[in-house]
Amino acid sequence: MILNDFFIFMKQELMLLFIIFLLLLIKVGKDRSNESLLYLINLLLLINVIAGFILPGEGSLFSDMFRTNPLIALEKNMLNIGTLIISMQSYSWLKSHKHLLEFYILMISTLLGMFYMISSGNLLMFYLGLELSSIPLAALVNFDLEKKASSEAAMKFILSSAFSSGLLLFGVSLIYGTTGSLAYAEITSHLSTDPLQIFAFVLFLAGFAFKISAVPFHFWTADVYEGAPVAITSYLSVISKGAVLFVFVSVLYTVFKPLADVWYGMLFVLSISTIIIGNLFAIRQDNFKRFLAFSSIAQVGFILVGISGSSSMGTAAVIYFVLIYIFSNLGAFGVVSIVSSLTGKERISDYKSFYKTNPFLSWILTIALFSLAGVPPAAGFFGKFFLLIAGAEKGNYLLISIAALNMIVSFYYYLRIVKSVFMEPNESPIESLTIPLISKVALYICLLGIVILGLWSVVYDYIFTLSPIF
Amino acid sequence: MNLSLLILVPLLTAVAILLCNGLKQVRSVALLGSAVQLLLALGLLYTYHQERETGNTAQMLFEFNYTWFANLNINYHIGVDGISIAMILLTSFVVISGVLVSWSMEMLNKEFFFLLMFLSMGAYGFFISLDVFTLFFFLEVAVIPKFLLIGIWGSGKKEYSAMKLALMLMGGSALVFVGLCGLYFNSSINGAHSFDILALSKTHIPLNAQMLFFPFAFIGFGIFTALFPFHTWVPDGHSSAPTAASMFLAGISMKLGGYGCLRVAVYLMPDAAHAYSGIIILLSTIAIIYGAFATMMQTDLKYINAYSSISHCGFVILGIGMLTPTSITGAVLQMVSHGLMTALFFAAIGMIYTRTHTRIVAQLGGLLKVMPFIASVFIISGLCSLGLPGFSGFVAEMTVFMGAWQNPDTMYRIATILACASIVVTAVYILRAAGKAVMGPINDDRFTSLSDAVWNEKLAAVILISGIVAIGVVPFWLSNLVTPGTEQIILQTGQALLLK
Repeated sequence: MILNDFFIFMKQELMLLFIIFLLLLIKVGKDRSNESLLYLINLLLLINVIAGFILPGEGSLFSDMFRTNPLIALEKNMLNIGTLIISMQSYSWLKSHKHLLEFYILMISTLLGMFYMISSGNLLMFYLGLELSSIPLAALVNFDLEKKASSEAAMKFILSSAFSSGLLLFGVSLIYGTTGSLAYAEITSHLSTDPLQIFAFVLFLAGFAFKISAVPFHFWTADVYEGAPVAITSYLSVISKGAVLFVFVSVLYTVFKPLADVWYGMLFVLSISTIIIGNLFAIRQDNFKRFLAFSSIAQVGFILVGISGSSSMGTAAVIYFVLIYIFSNLGAFGVVSIVSSLTGKERISDYKSFYKTNPFLSWILTIALFSLAGVPPAAGFFGKFFLLIAGAEKGNYLLISIAALNMIVSFYYYLRIVKSVFMEPNESPIESLTIPLISKVALYICLLGIVILGLWSVVYDYIFTLSPIF
Repeated sequence: MNLSLLILVPLLTAVAILLCNGLKQVRSVALLGSAVQLLLALGLLYTYHQERETGNTAQMLFEFNYTWFANLNINYHIGVDGISIAMILLTSFVVISGVLVSWSMEMLNKEFFFLLMFLSMGAYGFFISLDVFTLFFFLEVAVIPKFLLIGIWGSGKKEYSAMKLALMLMGGSALVFVGLCGLYFNSSINGAHSFDILALSKTHIPLNAQMLFFPFAFIGFGIFTALFPFHTWVPDGHSSAPTAASMFLAGISMKLGGYGCLRVAVYLMPDAAHAYSGIIILLSTIAIIYGAFATMMQTDLKYINAYSSISHCGFVILGIGMLTPTSITGAVLQMVSHGLMTALFFAAIGMIYTRTHTRIVAQLGGLLKVMPFIASVFIISGLCSLGLPGFSGFVAEMTVFMGAWQNPDTMYRIATILACASIVVTAVYILRAAGKAVMGPINDDRFTSLSDAVWNEKLAAVILISGIVAIGVVPFWLSNLVTPGTEQIILQTGQALLLK
């Protein structure tokens, strides 16, 4: 191993480590005001994003434990961007928070874990990354220190994530037992449709399904999303879900390729039930965070439809959709975050007549919701279209028809919010809010992403050319 | 001529509206933008004829093909034939009169005109698309503005109507989506799948795939054009919408469906169109008769026009389902004629309502004495609706019936006769509504002090009436414009017959 490679391949991880240590040093030093710290941290995250795009390397380290290529680098950059946006949006919440630095140290640690997970070439490495990303998250879920709901959510989160890790580990140990290896490349060559191996795969899949909250492994989602601080809810629903999805796609298409017929059927059932259950529950919610939780479950269902297609089209469609989903969902969460931190209101019914007092926030929310619903010209339309096209490639029109009909249901509940915002009268609407500049910039970034990512085909083409054909 | 201008002009107008302040600036910009659109459409008609005279016999003119998503073979491919030009003309006429009618829209005027322009962009984009993906893209672009227009500026149970309309139209586009997925994956052009309409028309989609996906595409588009039994959004949507939105909805948006049925469903899956034509004709005949009788029972002017739209759009579907050259030409003529006529009708109703604050026929009366211009407009649109010679309605319906009769099948002729008979019912409700609301004594003392139309309302009405009369008196310019396009479609289905 040449030291040079080490720095190039692990560049993005090293950047995060550097930020973590820097924050630790600041913590030790003299007290500074939250505001100056926030500007500093956001600047660091911005530099991190920009640095991530420079010179993506391709290769592997530590005898294939860690691997990277331009696609993996791109996925990490996407997560970096999402983290930056979340950090900017939570400005008004963090401004008065006592444990600002701990918040960032924990959050960046989880991001680091996700990076290792995405880059893993070995199940051991994968598991390490996964745990590094989920344990600090439990602490983060508990970060509304005065709120009981927050601790409850953290408890639920740690229990369910420990349980899912247990399932996953059981699957991993069976895989190790039947194939004799933990390295991805060797597992593939030893996999067959042997019942024990299928059982191992089912456990493995269940562990994954927990992390991306696919039905029937979704029960923790709504409570955790509701109890956690908004910043962490958006982090959970976008960043942590996105990271697991990236791994999921690549693992399914490469490591478990010999079991393709087996997992195709499983994905079929998982995706349909996830879309339908997510949609049906989303209709009834009044808490905005719970609503977004169920709507994000439904979105995962659509992503699973895309994964069930062929490798290159499926990979490209999923990564492209996650990219768009980051911007659309964070647009919606950004508005919820600002409103929640300034007024404490989190119910959908509070948003009645929101347009009269806050036209800017209303438009951002509306456009973000339209993008989530898949309405052109918002980018979400393209994302969903390509996902479904990828899913239709194998000629399974039943799946596509069900997904397409479910888009109408999802359309209904997104429109319901738009209806509240624009049309329904309210005696005490949310007062006109002054948005901090930094949060406003974050919202504009989301808006820009929603408008550009779809219409400008270069983004999709770039992802498609990076997506491997197996 | 650069067709992308038809998308760019409304888009730029919409952006410019966002930068304006106050109703006066907003409406002037909107009027300017829609006037440019009208000039563009007329210019397009002129250059189209010039191209044809110089011997350009290409199926589509002014084509432009830009690779959009290369890996999925999705292109931004635009071009026009006579049918598209007829629809573009219709759109530009309705847009400018819609803007004129909403001249004094005070409430949230910036948003209102922005959405109108956005909607018109969707319609233009739809009519010039030669790629199913772009077509679908613009189809959906045109849905959301309607939801907001009805929900925010509407009247009555507006939220319910807006939601119902949006969900049913989204349902339509979901079906269309499945249909176009089927087209895409069953096509093979040089080994690649394609969304391109011209390329798809030259390949033969396997019969079983056609039989499977034709209903998806046809019903999907059919929902937009009030295909029975998916017509239920029409009465609620039209009656709750503000005047300009009703005009756009009935004048433009319902035509998206008819055009889509023709251009995508029938043109690309001709064998299935033949196989299913019996069902299509049955449904359209039901729509025609049911719509006509349902209209008779209505007391609200907007509901009268909405239900009669179901009946009139039934003629469009009937013409398409008969699959003869004349009947399809008639269907296109009916789309244009109904678009203009119904927009005029809604404009007149809107003008009456803003003055009298009622749309109930029984409460009106004697309007001809107090507001002669508006009342005359109302009568003209009514007469056009019942198919009086000299107006466009007569020409269009006559062509549909002639074409339908060309189809020798006995059952189809029975359907034609039944459809013809509905005109009598149309005459009943139109004459009754006109008689009660416009003629007769003045029912309400308040009405005597009401004023007649002002310049912007007059201009809007004159623009629409000039279109109606131009088709009614000299119909050949329009039918000659449309015929080459319909011949292509018939050729496609004729070829399909030979292949069997």
